[in-house]
Amino acid sequence: MAVTVKLPTILRKHAGGEAKVDAEGGTLRELLDNLETSYPGITKNVLADDGGLHRFINVYVNDEDVRYLGSLETELNEGDTVSLLPAVAGG
Amino acid sequence: MSGAPFTEEQVQRYARHIILPNIGGAGQRRLLDSSVLVIGAGGLGSPIAMYLAAAGIGKLGVVDFDAVDVSNLQRQILHTNDDVGRSKVESAVEHLRSINPTIEVIGHDTLLFSDNVMDILAPYDVVIDGTDNFPVRYLVNDATQFLAKPLVYGSIYQFEGQATVFMPGQETPCYRCLFPAPPPPGTVPSCAEGGVFGVLPGVIGAVQATEAIKVLTGEGETLEKRLLLYDALHMDFQEVKIRWDADCPVCGKEPTITELIDYEAFCGVPARPE
Repeated sequence: MAVTVKLPTILRKHAGGEAKVDAEGGTLRELLDNLETSYPGITKNVLADDGGLHRFINVYVNDEDVRYLGSLETELNEGDTVSLLPAVAGG
Repeated sequence: MSGAPFTEEQVQRYARHIILPNIGGAGQRRLLDSSVLVIGAGGLGSPIAMYLAAAGIGKLGVVDFDAVDVSNLQRQILHTNDDVGRSKVESAVEHLRSINPTIEVIGHDTLLFSDNVMDILAPYDVVIDGTDNFPVRYLVNDATQFLAKPLVYGSIYQFEGQATVFMPGQETPCYRCLFPAPPPPGTVPSCAEGGVFGVLPGVIGAVQATEAIKVLTGEGETLEKRLLLYDALHMDFQEVKIRWDADCPVCGKEPTITELIDYEAFCGVPARPE
């Protein structure tokens, strides 16, 4: 499935500064693997060493946190927007 | 005093609110009878406190411990050139009183820790997070959950901002439901290291002031259970849902955190000066 991935500021350096990239994946896991192939290093702080999701970068499919969907097995539909969202603390 | 008539000064000062649908005299009365604590007198705290003073929050508290630096003036619009070197709280209180001399403005020139945060927050109806580091954000979240007070959250980084409202109550999310774990040290630079777009906290701070007023007046729809995401560079607004986490250690079904923690060790960032 072709989806749009919205990247937070701290990850844009891996994608040549782009805020949005297109990527493919039938599940979130596939999508992240494909993203890592296209932009090495981009999932370093998204995926933990055990292969699960880190807990300080949230992942949303459209407006839902994937924790409440299928986590890495969340199925993606054509045209979905996947957003990677880290906590920020500036003020 | 609920129901007390407005003074002539108040009728003039708040005229534009008093005739405004959804605010009106009743809403303005509520604001005058309310108390709000703004934590941080910097980028976010400046517009938050200024707009709340202008709106007539009856008792407005400001917490900070820092001194005004010339590099602050790029975005911390509550402070002026003459304030460089001065205590931020002292500067804030003076400028807020000059915006609205008819309200009570209280300065809290202190850091927040587990041993003082409850006492400082307790007298206020609503707490607004305008801080700039993870340890105090978690501390304030936990304290507002224990005190059952609404917390208006906002945070910024470079060109991006986030905002929401965490309400107290059963099965309503808190900050830890959203971000259970802060980033490891070194992953997200501070404003001093990464830079920050000056106008950015102006937008997010104004959103936070808006939300605080709506929480107090009960009008409109707040950002409760919604996270507003703002990208100033692309003028992109996005919203995602915030769900209550039944496993949340503070507000979940079986809380494991029932006391306040000083988070230096947790976040790897020193919160207390050496």
